[in-house]
Amino acid sequence: MSNEIIIDGPNVAHTIEGATDHHGHEHHEPHFIWKYIFSQDHKIIGKQFLITGIIWAIIGALFSVFFRLQLGFPDSTFPVMEKFLGEWAKGGKLTPEFYYALITMHGTILVFFVLTAGLSGTFANFLIPLQLGVRDMASPFMNMLSYWFFFTASVIMFISLFVETGPAAGGWTTYPPLSALKEASLGSGTGMDLWLISMALFVVSSLLGGLNYVSTILNMRTKGMTMTRMPLTIWALFFTAVLGILSFPVLFSGFVLLIFDRNFGTSFYLSEIFVGGKALPHIGGSAILYQHLFWFLGHPEVYIVMLPGMGIASEVLANNSRKPIFGYFAMIISLIGITTLAFLVWAHHMFVTGMSPFLGSIFVLLTLLIAVPSAVKVFNWLTTIWRGNLRFTVQMLFALGFVSLFISGGLTGIFLGNSALDVHLHDTYFVIAHFHIVMGVSAFFGMFAGIYHWFPKMFGRFMNSTLGYIHFFITFAGAYLIFWPMHYEGIAGMPRRYYDYSAWESFKNFQGLNAFISIVAIVVFFAQLLFVFNFFLSIFKGRKLTVMNPWGSPTLEWTTPIKPIHGNWPGEIPEVHRWPYDYKDDGHGNDFVLQTEPLKPGEESH
Amino acid sequence: MSGFITIALVVLVFIIVYQIGKASEYAGILRGEEKVKAQTNRAIAWLLVIFFLLGLYGIWKCHELLIGKMLPESASVEGMAYDKMFNVTLIVTGIVFFATQALLFWFAFRYQSTGKRTSFFFPHNNKLEIVWTTVPAIAMAVLVAIGLRNWFNITSEAPANSEVVEVVGKQFNWLIRYPGKDGVLGKRDFRKINDANNVLGLDWADKDNTDDVISQNGELHVIVNRPVKLIIGSRDVIHDVGLPHFRMKMDAVPGITTTMWFTPRITTEEMKKITGNPNFVYEISCDQMCGKGHYSMRGTVIVQTQAEYDEWLAKQQSYYASVNTSAAPAAADSTGQKPAAAKTDSVKAITMK
Repeated sequence: MSNEIIIDGPNVAHTIEGATDHHGHEHHEPHFIWKYIFSQDHKIIGKQFLITGIIWAIIGALFSVFFRLQLGFPDSTFPVMEKFLGEWAKGGKLTPEFYYALITMHGTILVFFVLTAGLSGTFANFLIPLQLGVRDMASPFMNMLSYWFFFTASVIMFISLFVETGPAAGGWTTYPPLSALKEASLGSGTGMDLWLISMALFVVSSLLGGLNYVSTILNMRTKGMTMTRMPLTIWALFFTAVLGILSFPVLFSGFVLLIFDRNFGTSFYLSEIFVGGKALPHIGGSAILYQHLFWFLGHPEVYIVMLPGMGIASEVLANNSRKPIFGYFAMIISLIGITTLAFLVWAHHMFVTGMSPFLGSIFVLLTLLIAVPSAVKVFNWLTTIWRGNLRFTVQMLFALGFVSLFISGGLTGIFLGNSALDVHLHDTYFVIAHFHIVMGVSAFFGMFAGIYHWFPKMFGRFMNSTLGYIHFFITFAGAYLIFWPMHYEGIAGMPRRYYDYSAWESFKNFQGLNAFISIVAIVVFFAQLLFVFNFFLSIFKGRKLTVMNPWGSPTLEWTTPIKPIHGNWPGEIPEVHRWPYDYKDDGHGNDFVLQTEPLKPGEESH
Repeated sequence: MSGFITIALVVLVFIIVYQIGKASEYAGILRGEEKVKAQTNRAIAWLLVIFFLLGLYGIWKCHELLIGKMLPESASVEGMAYDKMFNVTLIVTGIVFFATQALLFWFAFRYQSTGKRTSFFFPHNNKLEIVWTTVPAIAMAVLVAIGLRNWFNITSEAPANSEVVEVVGKQFNWLIRYPGKDGVLGKRDFRKINDANNVLGLDWADKDNTDDVISQNGELHVIVNRPVKLIIGSRDVIHDVGLPHFRMKMDAVPGITTTMWFTPRITTEEMKKITGNPNFVYEISCDQMCGKGHYSMRGTVIVQTQAEYDEWLAKQQSYYASVNTSAAPAAADSTGQKPAAAKTDSVKAITMK
């Protein structure tokens, strides 16, 4: 087995051997540190990404609670904030500087640390080997490094929260000159340096992971697992990795130039600036160049966040409808379409930067083209549940919620992608509502669906579904209650990233609405804590899994033992004979046929 | 201390909720798992229907509550085309929204698992795929066509009779420069900026500058029914001139010059009557995050009749005169007949054509 040769870590081979036939030697069980911390087992690494992601999600969400308090109740003080934020919220009133630091960190944390690392890091690591019949990643060591680079990035980002001048405060997009000049903003001091270092390490982590995912998917599938027999989760994770590999380096180069401008006196992004009482020597740079480099990642990043959710939703919808995914090939083709177009639309974030209107028109056309593969996906999901036999497990509800939110958030993209409409809506609450629904909440819904679905595979126990249902309905209702009215604020021109609207004749009449949104946001925050408790308590106290395949799924991960060992299958790796969505009568009273089941005589393969 | 107690209480509440949830699951198993599962499934299906109906009610209620707070009719001619296009897009997306959401929730309810149901094996259908690939493609083509027509209209060269005004952003206010009698904005250079006596870095060697008027209170005076072209720049970081009432927006980027033009059609006074708000004012919002005072970077647009505008302008002292108290009245001589145009010495002048 070629896979076994590749798994040559100090601990790995022992585990496989120890599990297949136990010799009674004590050293067979690897030390705690090698098994759970510096582990090269893709399943452990996946869980590490997940748990780190959950911790970051709590921090990022807590930040949003803080700044929502300011937005909802600008005249009140909240002494409890001073406990958390100290000087930055003296007397319980957030300072404007820290308000901007909080929104910046909220964005950075959730987009990168939670919905990139926490989402595709978790599911790519966990699912790729299990669903493809592989013992571990192409390079388990690199995979381990990927997590530890992410961990280091996390530590540095966390430290940046405590430096004297505060963390980065220029928005998660950190546009120069604001982010390049210490004189322009407190957050552009040490906090910004740490932000850049952390993000650079994050890019390294993402590349190490991505290269591993792609090479594993392309080279290491088990016998019979042709590309067109892969579950859609794997297809989605594959394109996610491709997007990351091709676009993160561009972001990295953008960051390197920014580091040079900040520290070494270059003028890549700086030109003709008078700040802090003096004219700077920089001439000839282009502030817009950074935006091009940033959005060349920044836009594909949206799909890095979205695609795993799409894959998971496809899998969960089919599984819980007891019906094959409709249009398997159309789903793959639309993924290819989305991936390709993702690289060609970045400048739609820049319609009002003064770029050439002709160039803008090309980006309008390409942007609205994305609606086509997206529509195909939505209609295919709808047809998947049509005439199904729907089982409302918690993960199914989240998958249905994902589709609902993807529709709602996707449709508002049609407004923003059309430059003639963007000239008014740009950088208003309409944008906030749009991207929070389509890539924030719906990506989270994909993630939740995945967690509830694969939790039994991860920990050998179920999550509590009563709490899951409560979590779902509060979150789903909350998402719409928070973000639906924001569209109105945006259409009324209310700009985003404002600390206080009370001085504005045009926007102050939304004060009551802002207070309402803040209250709902706080309720939703606590509902997420309910999920966190459910998650951690269920690891130890959840109902035990007693069967190998609790959801009746045809895919390979459910052919492993309840608690898979490192190497996943105790004996031979299973061979695959059919596609992953064979939800039909298997002749033994089951309504699905495992991928490992050979075709019956006369049966047509998909 | 009270903080810890609060946290401990929250933790405790969650643990209790978890235990209740767990107990209810075990109780369910005791009562017969299959039966409970079927009951739950039915209950959830109904909850989804209720959610959908409440959602529809919520959408209606939300609209009713907020519609009165929206912007008044567009104050610019270009904005009227904007509003029309916005409504077309809203109708197209609205139909898709209600249709797909209704199908989603209806299918969820209609095809909920019952003991008897078996699913319909329906893996693919090329005809359906073709239909729902081409229909959205056609709809998008229409929206792109409308969009590009409007886009090229608003980004085209400003009409020749436009009033030209320069708007420069700085942390955290707007500086507005009017070309004065000669109709020409003189050269400026960021190296000549001095907050005490030359906020925009006007080059005094350029005679065109001597009659330029700078308003430092962020008031942009424009004439009703006459196009106005804004020459937009920034002194420090990126800002954005946001004019929600005119449905316009353009970044102010250091090092380059951007432009934007529109035709105001309703004066501030008329708008006060239309909105019934005696305090109504057109506002300029900074729409690009520019630092800690971003939220307070406010300007105003005063739309006036030609007569009011002339009267206002006559009262303004040129910036040159205001900073050089001893200066003689500037010699605004031969340049008076030049066409309205802007000169900047930016290294790269990227303007919207």
